[in-house]
Amino acid sequence: MNPELGNFALALACCLAGGQAVLPLVGAQRRDARLMALAPALAVGQLLALGFSFACLVDAAISDDFSVQNVAANSAVAKPLLYKITGVWGNHEGSILLWALILGICGGAVALFGRNLPSALRARVIAVLGGVSAGFQLFCLTTSNPFDRVWPAPLDGQGMNPLLQDPGLAFHPPILYTGYVGFAVPFAFAVAALIEGRVDAAWGRWVRPWAVAAWCFLTCGIALGSWWSYYVLGWGGYWFWDPVENASLIPWLTGTALVHSAIVVEKREALKIWTVLLAIGTFSFSLSGTFLVRSGILNSVHAFANDPARGVFILGLLALVIGGSLLLFAVRAPSLVAGGLFAPVSREGLLVVNNILLCSICAVVLTGTMYPPFMSLLFGRTISVGKPFFDATTVPLTIPLLAFMGFGPMMPWKRAQLWPVLRRLWWAGVAMLAAFVLLAWRIGDVLPLLAATGAVWVIAASVADIAERIRLFRLPPAASLQRARLLPRAALGAALAHAGVGVSVLGLAAMSQAQHRIVEVRVGQTEMLAGDAWTLTAVRAAPGPNYTALIATIEVRHAGRLVTVLHPSKRTFASQNQTTTEVSIHTNLMSDLYGVLGDRHGSDADPTYVLRLHYNPLAPWMWLGGLIMALGGALSLSDRRVRVGAPRRAAAPAMVAAQ
Amino acid sequence: MSGAAEGAGIARRRLLMAAPLAGAGLAGVAFWRMLSGMSRGSFDPHDIHAPVLNRPVPDFALPDQAPGQGFGAADLRALTAPVLVNFFASWCIPCVAEMPALNLLKARLPIWGIAYKDKPEDAAGFVRRAGNPYTRIASDLPGLTAIDWGVSGVPESYLIGPGGVIRWHNAAALDDGTIRDTLLPLAAGLRR
Repeated sequence: MNPELGNFALALACCLAGGQAVLPLVGAQRRDARLMALAPALAVGQLLALGFSFACLVDAAISDDFSVQNVAANSAVAKPLLYKITGVWGNHEGSILLWALILGICGGAVALFGRNLPSALRARVIAVLGGVSAGFQLFCLTTSNPFDRVWPAPLDGQGMNPLLQDPGLAFHPPILYTGYVGFAVPFAFAVAALIEGRVDAAWGRWVRPWAVAAWCFLTCGIALGSWWSYYVLGWGGYWFWDPVENASLIPWLTGTALVHSAIVVEKREALKIWTVLLAIGTFSFSLSGTFLVRSGILNSVHAFANDPARGVFILGLLALVIGGSLLLFAVRAPSLVAGGLFAPVSREGLLVVNNILLCSICAVVLTGTMYPPFMSLLFGRTISVGKPFFDATTVPLTIPLLAFMGFGPMMPWKRAQLWPVLRRLWWAGVAMLAAFVLLAWRIGDVLPLLAATGAVWVIAASVADIAERIRLFRLPPAASLQRARLLPRAALGAALAHAGVGVSVLGLAAMSQAQHRIVEVRVGQTEMLAGDAWTLTAVRAAPGPNYTALIATIEVRHAGRLVTVLHPSKRTFASQNQTTTEVSIHTNLMSDLYGVLGDRHGSDADPTYVLRLHYNPLAPWMWLGGLIMALGGALSLSDRRVRVGAPRRAAAPAMVAAQ
Repeated sequence: MSGAAEGAGIARRRLLMAAPLAGAGLAGVAFWRMLSGMSRGSFDPHDIHAPVLNRPVPDFALPDQAPGQGFGAADLRALTAPVLVNFFASWCIPCVAEMPALNLLKARLPIWGIAYKDKPEDAAGFVRRAGNPYTRIASDLPGLTAIDWGVSGVPESYLIGPGGVIRWHNAAALDDGTIRDTLLPLAAGLRR
């Protein structure tokens, strides 16, 4: 394996993807079975070529081949092996190749596991995926080729951005990208359906598992990314409303709406046009998020390859993919037949409300994110939109969303009575009121209080839903257990995912009560925060593999009893002339004690140190909730009924997970 | 959604279905203009220079901040020589970092400080510890004056020319390089 072979394989994959984009589409139009049958073969061939190309790049990184520009710029002999491998996607060129590879895996998965799809639909879906793949591989080859050589080859590389030398970030991009790219499959299904001019229940059944799988990955990716910024960047806050964070939140919101509206298509053949638009929109937001981050248009702390030339290429690609699909939508959607009538008070009705609220949140996040560059372009005024705007706009929309989430899963389809549902939820209502009264004592602000109350309501209603289904306490325990075993996993998954949202929101609401202080202290000095006494007892220097560290020792005591000893540190990387802070966190799952070591001041004889001390109640719940949501999604994917009538082995999404 | 679909004329539906395309198209054109502006250098979304550049200082009058004497717009407009106005706060770590540079600068250019959202006793303690580079210090406890100045975070510095016109803005901690290469030549130009 060498870089030239990798480059060749990438070019080969690009050619195959081009063929994959055109031939099956022509075949499906002409009803030519042989041309349509080419689709899976081309998709698998493209995947193999891409996999080989990616392996070549990993090989170059492991074997310290500094004649490859990308390796020379991002790796070094002294770098630990794990980070040599993960460093492959810790830079612009490599991450685009990873993007393309995951897209190839999606195409291959549809080819391999979609055998039960009607052949014309399958050919079109694979062709659309091929077209998007070809575009990204062309981007990779022309403007950001990871195999470019450098001559003369340096003896050692420049090393990696020290911030990226962390397990959280090493595994964050593949998971996040699988989420982003996974939405390419529902997108391809939507475009294929528009070409065919037909959307039916079976379409909804095929799309939903893919959407759920992508949604699970995106949820995990966002949770992991937010956790990483919490403990590596030392932000102490969880969600910064940074444009790059928003770029992943926006498709998550529309993706969540998609997962829900696809249920309506599947069960009731309603909301078809809307669902198709959501499928197109979600992937479009994933793509434009990538574009905005890489072109440097958004002003973000995540400095990542800002290059307008690349931006122009991606913009062209976006115009083709997004513009093309929306044009198709504008032409074809009006002729799609709507169906499935329902009363406003029904499960469909609530799912519509859910979609409206999710899309409204998405719209305000989008507005806040895009406002600064657009104002700058139109009026030449520079404005920054920050946390206060987002908190003030998203929280009031989240609270009704939480309120409706409690009812949704219990509502019958088509036409429902509110009263029986309310009666079954009475004790969840009692739990909510109790939470409101208890929390009102501790949380002074209205919005966090309402959000926390809503979260308790959602969790209680999820438990009530399952308890009701298994007739808990009304049947003998053995009979309840039997019912629990027969319960559809989709129902369990939905309840779990909803409870996960509640857990996350509780964490977020509790963080509004977080306290922090920035202090400048001498060794031996004690500071008070949230009832704890924090004492800086020592600061010592220690060498690391490719850095030198300054490690502080902070003892935290509560009422005289030692709670924990924190060791926040600062690392200085000589080769990059860069300093990173290593946060120290003590958690008991109910709260985090979080210490950061800042600058050193004063004379050598009498040094003082800047410390940042945080008390973050319920902080771990935010990410735990994300994990629970993803687990709920995975559980509903494993439902046997998802597979009935769907592709023979609709375990396809799980297959993507394995890779 | 499905309710709106029924009964509605096909033309109206077409218009509705074309709306996403139109929106995306507009966004695309805007992005294209941003990108071409960025490559020409006429558009920089990262440039957060205040909207007040080359305009007279906004109206304000701030109380004293120990150990200095407060000031207002009238004091700045009465100037005949350049002055650097520096927004700082005791709780801001980059402010600590720029203090050595400011202490060296004060011999060559007068610096007037504004303590941004800082308790008077904290700000006084900060100046006592870090050394006082300021000729006058005012206190902007509610942070309202800073909004008019377009401050997005501390530290930020403004070079005020004679007559109280804002000539230069730096939204970061000042370092020796910026002072030597940009600030002092600008100030020298304003003196003539």
